Amino acid sequence: MDAFSQLLNGFAVALTPMNLLWCLVGTTLGTAIGVLPGLGPALTIALLLPITFKVEPTAAFILFAGIYYGAMYGGSTTSILLNTPGESATIVTALEGHKMARNGRAGAALATAAIGSFVAGIIGTLGITFLAPVVVDWALKFGPADYFSLMVFAFVTVSAVLGSSAVRGLAALFFGVWLGLIGVDLQTGQARFTFGLPELLDGINVIVVAVGLFAVGETLYVASRYRSGKDEIIPLSGSLWMTREEWKRSWKPWLRGAAIGFPIGAMPAGGAEIPTFLSYYVEKKLSSKPQEFGKGAIEGVAGPEAANNASAAGVLVPMLTLGLPTSATAAIMLSAFQSYGINPGPLLLQSQPHLVWGLIASLFIGNVMLLVLNLPLIAIWVKLLHIPAPLLYAGILVFATIGTYGITQSPVDLILLYLIGGIGYLMRRYDFPAAPVIIGMILGPLAEQNFRQAMTISAGDWTVFFTRPLSATILALAALALFGPKLYQLAMRPKPDHVPGDA
Amino acid sequence: MTSGSQEDAPLRPRPAVGETIIGAGVLVLAIVMFWQAMSIPVSPLYAKVGPTVVPMMTAAALGMLGVLLLIDAWQGGWQTEEEKSATPDRAALLWILAGLVLNVLLIGPVGFTIASVILFVCVARGFGSKAIVRDALIGAAFALVAYFGFATTLGINIGSGLFEATIERLIGVEGG
Repeated sequence: MDAFSQLLNGFAVALTPMNLLWCLVGTTLGTAIGVLPGLGPALTIALLLPITFKVEPTAAFILFAGIYYGAMYGGSTTSILLNTPGESATIVTALEGHKMARNGRAGAALATAAIGSFVAGIIGTLGITFLAPVVVDWALKFGPADYFSLMVFAFVTVSAVLGSSAVRGLAALFFGVWLGLIGVDLQTGQARFTFGLPELLDGINVIVVAVGLFAVGETLYVASRYRSGKDEIIPLSGSLWMTREEWKRSWKPWLRGAAIGFPIGAMPAGGAEIPTFLSYYVEKKLSSKPQEFGKGAIEGVAGPEAANNASAAGVLVPMLTLGLPTSATAAIMLSAFQSYGINPGPLLLQSQPHLVWGLIASLFIGNVMLLVLNLPLIAIWVKLLHIPAPLLYAGILVFATIGTYGITQSPVDLILLYLIGGIGYLMRRYDFPAAPVIIGMILGPLAEQNFRQAMTISAGDWTVFFTRPLSATILALAALALFGPKLYQLAMRPKPDHVPGDA
Repeated sequence: MTSGSQEDAPLRPRPAVGETIIGAGVLVLAIVMFWQAMSIPVSPLYAKVGPTVVPMMTAAALGMLGVLLLIDAWQGGWQTEEEKSATPDRAALLWILAGLVLNVLLIGPVGFTIASVILFVCVARGFGSKAIVRDALIGAAFALVAYFGFATTLGINIGSGLFEATIERLIGVEGG
């Protein structure tokens, strides 16, 4: 009951007119950027980070969480009507949803996506409410060595397991860790990797890196492929009211999707792609009409959309309770905490109950707002899809410039932004994931800090990471996650998975 | 871990040029990092884990990954044939690059709005828009809304130039 009474206090915070307004701004903005191709929550929250100097933390996090949830809702609209997933986690939605739209059932696809997102968002937020205090009790026993091992585990899973290649994921991660190390070492005051530039002494701002990768790099990549090809936007068709049969075929996938998505999101491994794909296959297996899959099966929209939103909620559990971000967006939210001087971790729920429970309550409110924003008002969002690409991407780059130049008004930051954008383009072109860069950059210095603390406590004994049972277990799991798939592959002796053709 | 490559591949694939450059780039970055990490002075007072330990570990890891990427590249690379054969639209990239370079050069001397309009027009041109005047007008409107809206809400002080100062004087608002 404790969590329940805390949650009631949270609602008292979230229901103040100002906070409701922040929530509305966040969810509206989130839906808009979710709908627009080329913009995502990580980029948007990064651009809005300077707001942390202006408003109190509760308001800022209510805004950010609204953007985060809203982008998940908005992304599905783009997948269904445009077949260009606005968000990587909505790729699966495009599979069936776009087919449904082509068959004149866009309305039903949008409705099952929005209602499924709502159901799963509420279940996921309930999950946070009751799981967070449990994780906190457990996490209070963690020492620096255990924390370091946990971060190593998260590093391995977010970069090596979730992407298409462990080597490229880890290369992106260590590039991010390096970016995070640039600047003055807080323990010894030594400048590291500053190349003699005084501008780099304070470190590289995460805004510059996130905006460089997600706005500049993305724009360059899209431009290199664009060739003024026009995407076909399917007009809204079919009633937004689902038929009785569509309801019947949707509600179980919603619940199953939420049940798959939340636990996977809440693991310190994170990632929204795996639960959506998993939900898709589960629904395909369980469906009474498997032949409809690939041609517009409503279960294939309902399940993955629910899984996507539930896992987005799940990601907030390790973020709030362990200070462990497992997505680029969560990593940027963590840097917002840092900018307030708040350390997310097991003590956060005690030291900032106002903030945490207000945030969780606002997630419930935000989900209700999003349901309204995304069903009755859907036609407004569809209009956003008609913004011509030249203007959209030109606008994105101008905004990226303001966001970056505004921090310090130093051309050095702009040059860095464009350099990182160039790297982001190459990463996109050569299939390196971008999220591990951001996670490595934020989490790398924290991992170093825990590493040094652990080593100081153990008086320089390196074995401390393997003799503490908890730490050893987590490291073993990390090794298993990293080498397990490879060993399994070797053991099964498959054909080489990469046979380049001799074109 | 990739030693058995020769027996694995039925036909010996040609090394992939693009991937080789990327792999080499990662390796060079790792070497520069290692060399930079060596030059960080370590005070004996912090003998336990000094400021160089984690940077060196990072450099070593990145170096190893660079080697693995190179091996992968020499075995034909990791990209699909479709991706390899797709040549990037150079003209589009050059237009955007020009916009970015002009923006860096001009934002200080002429102010945010004019630099933004130039960037806006160049990027739109890169995406195939030929309506330069229309783009410039939309860009100007966008930049001004961004300047007065975004900047004042977030309390960011974007350097104001001639254009902004004139408008501020006209409407009597203090920018930033």
